[in-house]
Amino acid sequence: MTEHVVIVGGGTGGTVLANDLADRLGPELEAGDVRVTLVNDDPDHVYKPVWLYVPFGQREPEDGRRPLSELVDDAVDLRVDRVTALDTDAQRLQYRDGSPESYDYLVLATGSTLAPDRIPGLAEGGHDYYSESGATALREELLSFTEGHLVLSVIGTPHMCPAAPLEFVFMADDWFRERGLREDVEITYTYPIQRVHGNPHIAEWARPLMDDRDIAVETFFNAETVDPEARTVSSMEGTDLEYDLLVGIPPHAGVDLVAEAGLGDDGWVDVDKHTLEAEGAEHVYALGDTAATGVPNAGSVAHYQAGVVGQRLASELRGRPATATYDGKTLCFIETGMDAASFVEFDYENPPSPAPPSQKLHWSKLAYNESYWLTARGLL
Amino acid sequence: MTELTDAVDAEPDETVDARGAACPGPLMDLIGRIRGVDSGTVVALLSDNDQSLTDVPEWIEEAGNELLGVEQREDHYAFYVEKA
Repeated sequence: MTEHVVIVGGGTGGTVLANDLADRLGPELEAGDVRVTLVNDDPDHVYKPVWLYVPFGQREPEDGRRPLSELVDDAVDLRVDRVTALDTDAQRLQYRDGSPESYDYLVLATGSTLAPDRIPGLAEGGHDYYSESGATALREELLSFTEGHLVLSVIGTPHMCPAAPLEFVFMADDWFRERGLREDVEITYTYPIQRVHGNPHIAEWARPLMDDRDIAVETFFNAETVDPEARTVSSMEGTDLEYDLLVGIPPHAGVDLVAEAGLGDDGWVDVDKHTLEAEGAEHVYALGDTAATGVPNAGSVAHYQAGVVGQRLASELRGRPATATYDGKTLCFIETGMDAASFVEFDYENPPSPAPPSQKLHWSKLAYNESYWLTARGLL
Repeated sequence: MTELTDAVDAEPDETVDARGAACPGPLMDLIGRIRGVDSGTVVALLSDNDQSLTDVPEWIEEAGNELLGVEQREDHYAFYVEKA
């Protein structure tokens, strides 16, 4: 009998996993003992880190898009469709047209969605670089912005790439300096808790850099409303900030499918943070942003988790105990300007220790961005 | 460090179970819930992270809400917060 693995979501986690299984289970796939289906509601794979560079005119959104059909091994059944319902007791899901699909193992890699509507006025008054359209619209604003108050507000966590808000203000500071405009542009960074980043080690590293570069900081700032007419953003803590250009990191959510299936609140799947198995159902895994592990929502996390889930699934399909576990490994390059970057590596046990910013690390980050497509194809 | 209380004389209207979450997860979960409730609502936050003992009271004070008490339970803390 053919065992069927269904992966929902063709982002980094889902795509790397599909290719990992194609490689790992080659003989079983060829013999028809195992079938792997990857479902994504867009024919393209999107590499979101490219969006950080779009507002500064350095990259185009198309640089972050490639057809999944070019990235995914032919041994994987690729289905461009949306999963609209999930019954984990019956091990069955339903596609948009109502047709059912049975699975023996399910992997949820549905990622993050943006929820700007949770903050009144944000969609109208703010910009973001967490979507293709947002990054393009912000580019138009930023290229014509020569003076005034730029406010970057981190509105809620978790959000994709926790380092990206720091990167944006560091890059903006440098970008305006290079163009001789920095004295005419005030930059303020806001964060919801009492430091500038969720991880205290990264916060301690970043704060002096921000102070040195005259990036103003407002902590304990949870944006509650935006007034697009008055150009003010107001926090739950009672602080009002006037802005000329607001860059908001919008609230994030998962997908309704997860919450409706009883697998976790707000679309994030409650999992064992080592095995990545869902706590609310048998034979279900989650990875990347979808898995509530407490580690950053980052591509490197999804990449490493995909390797763990691939090993575990291969073991289970071969009737062996699954032993691979995820240790929280996370790697991040952090841009600290237009030609310098830092680097951090950490896991559940070992905290990050950011490397001194250098041009070499900046070029390493750009080189990785270019070679990312090898990662998606399971080669790197 | 926040003083712990044996029991809090209040019935929470809502409970946020953030046990198992790493910092600042419990505080962010609380902020997310407080954002959506009416003034006067009592929210109980369950956290087993020691860092919450400083993070959570600091934010509650900053935001002008009221910390009704912090219960030490068997393997976690329960923060009772009334939205201002």
